[in-house]
Amino acid sequence: MSTSEAREAILSRIRTALADVPGVPAAEDTPVPWTYGQPRVLDDVIDRFEDRVVDYRAGFERCSASDLPNRVVAALRAHGVTSTVLPAGLDAAVVDAVAGAGLAVSRDDPPLSRQQLDATGAVVTTCATAAAETGTIMMDHGPGQGRRALSLVPDVHLCIVRADQVATDVPEAVARIAGAVRDQRPITWISGGSATSDIELSRVEGVHGPRTLHVLLVEG
Amino acid sequence: MSKATQVPVRRAGHTDLESTRRTPAPPAGDLIDSPRFPVQAKVELGNPVQRKNLHHAMTTIRAKRTKVAAELDNWEDLRLAGEAIKNRTLRHLDQYLVQLEESLTAAGTTVHWARDAQEANAIIVGLVNEALGDAEGDAREVVKVKSMATQEIDMNEALEEAGIAAWETDLAELIVQLGHDRPSHILVPAIHRNRSEVREIFLEEMGRYGRPAPEGLDTEPANLAGAARLHLREKFLRAKVAISGANFAVAETGTLVVVESEGNGRMCLTLAETLISVVGIEKVLPTVEDLEVFLQLLPRSSTGERMNPYTSLWTGPTAGDGPQTMHVVLIDNGRTKVLSDPKGREALRCIRCSACINVCPVYEKVGGHAYGSVYPGPIGSVLTPQLRGVTSPVDASLPYASTLCGACFDVCPVRIPLPDLLVHMRHKVVEGKKAKAEADGLKGLLHPHAEPAIMKATAQVLSSPKLWAAATAAGSLGGKALKGRVAKFGPLPWPLSKWTNARDVPIPPTESFRAWYARTHHEDGSLK
Ligand code: SF4
Repeated sequence: MSTSEAREAILSRIRTALADVPGVPAAEDTPVPWTYGQPRVLDDVIDRFEDRVVDYRAGFERCSASDLPNRVVAALRAHGVTSTVLPAGLDAAVVDAVAGAGLAVSRDDPPLSRQQLDATGAVVTTCATAAAETGTIMMDHGPGQGRRALSLVPDVHLCIVRADQVATDVPEAVARIAGAVRDQRPITWISGGSATSDIELSRVEGVHGPRTLHVLLVEG
Repeated sequence: MSKATQVPVRRAGHTDLESTRRTPAPPAGDLIDSPRFPVQAKVELGNPVQRKNLHHAMTTIRAKRTKVAAELDNWEDLRLAGEAIKNRTLRHLDQYLVQLEESLTAAGTTVHWARDAQEANAIIVGLVNEALGDAEGDAREVVKVKSMATQEIDMNEALEEAGIAAWETDLAELIVQLGHDRPSHILVPAIHRNRSEVREIFLEEMGRYGRPAPEGLDTEPANLAGAARLHLREKFLRAKVAISGANFAVAETGTLVVVESEGNGRMCLTLAETLISVVGIEKVLPTVEDLEVFLQLLPRSSTGERMNPYTSLWTGPTAGDGPQTMHVVLIDNGRTKVLSDPKGREALRCIRCSACINVCPVYEKVGGHAYGSVYPGPIGSVLTPQLRGVTSPVDASLPYASTLCGACFDVCPVRIPLPDLLVHMRHKVVEGKKAKAEADGLKGLLHPHAEPAIMKATAQVLSSPKLWAAATAAGSLGGKALKGRVAKFGPLPWPLSKWTNARDVPIPPTESFRAWYARTHHEDGSLK
């Protein structure tokens, strides 16, 4: 058995199966009645984002850029965190504030082992974009966001979102993140903390991903 | 394609080997050898706990879906777009698959093709062995993201036979696996189990395969989920190989997408060193932007949420982040057969959201096990006999496992005309039986088998709106008189009664049936 033999067989089965389809370009054969990338009309994008994030029972607070470092420290303390991982590219003022507050800080350089990450209390990251209507944060794991495991293994995820990063809904956000996909970056969409409804459809927050997601929305 | 090449063989009596197995043994036997639907349905109906669990769950999930779908004023436009994008892809599938292969390869992923389950499993076992090298004992294991494709090919058992333990990491799949059970729903596979059953399974089984359930574990869902978190974390932290499916595969970029809730998917996709993704050939989408349509349709139709907690997109390996070796196994396993029927191919648009299952009155009464397939409910009744053919008793009976009430079409995010396809498949079953009888030289001597006979009676009733109205009106009066108890469907003459007696199906809402009938039939009663 060879996979290239299977490849030829499958493609030829498909071509035989589709004998009824006229030989015209796909887009001409089947038009798609949809305009891509359209924003949704919302009264207030940030209000909607807050409403949706809170609906997932995640934390949400707004702050100014100058107040951000203190708010990060306060939020970490509120969740009883003593150790953190702060990815490369994170705002130096935030890093200094966390270290200055006496919390253990790792910069994941050299990379932490899985076990070390598992023993780390919290991660603080930024994001690439967000979608208000669904309360979704999108990460492309660029500077300030860290590799994927950083925002997954520690039990508390503090995510800093700038107001101008919040798109109205999924189409607008996909348009913003499509470039990173084409650059072959890994992408993670996060909508609330991890959850399951697998037992009697009763929603339980917190399974394998961080049990706490806290969003700091920076305005101005 | 013969049955033998498509359906994995499970060794009979493997439970004798329990002591040498790596993972809990599933129930003996092959799904395709399940009894005909009405027979198994009767068994399942005798399980009041399951019926209560299902009724509660389905009522909840339906209400959530309705609410979040109604929130979007362009929901119907999204459904039309979803339908068109899938049609475009399926009608030019060869082109999109070749493009997908090129993009995946360019992104550093190795692409494999498999005609059927056997080929797929042989490839996967080979890849896992290669990745594990000379690892021994407990280290000969893989962690799995929930995937319908791997269930369809019965991959876990193929790995088990190769001495490799495949661990389900989705909570419900874990409950099913540890419970020596089979999934009964594509989204919430352990929906037939209640919390006390889950507690018993965890207390009894977890310790045999890793970290035991905490002592004094109660039935609180949060604590049960907590036990699963601890049990699986040790497996995630040491995982070398992960196996996933994909909800979508983008031809343009070679990007795979996994939609999930718990974070177990992210654990597998991120922490393992080698990632093998098993992808049905119908999962391909043309462009990145198409995701904006499907990632609005899928979560709202599926769990009834605006968005599922986690969605991962990846495009080959990324240096310093996640698995550095990636494989994709593209599987046919009957899909090209479905594609060859211009009507039946509409079922390949399915994005496995489970909305049709959640609204199905038949499913709600009998549960998923009666369908003898990993795909239950309306989509299972349409897809399974197309994927596997209509030669086995269970497959030939599936197109009859429906009251044709039409609710499934109304909720389907990609507008698959499920009632139409059920009728279409009934014709195929009848044709298949006729052809076989003729080939066997039995023409004229043949006793009509139950399904064609039922088909005839059903067709009579269905072809006359008056007869249907009479049949259902009788039932609906009964429904009112019974107040809250289940009203039977009928009375209908033999042989239809033979079928309806096996179940107590609630009366299909005549309004929506009529709406469906008008939409899909010409005035003379023939199908549009
Ligand atoms: S047939 Fe439609 S409703 Fe049913 S699972 Fe598939 S996509 Fe969902």
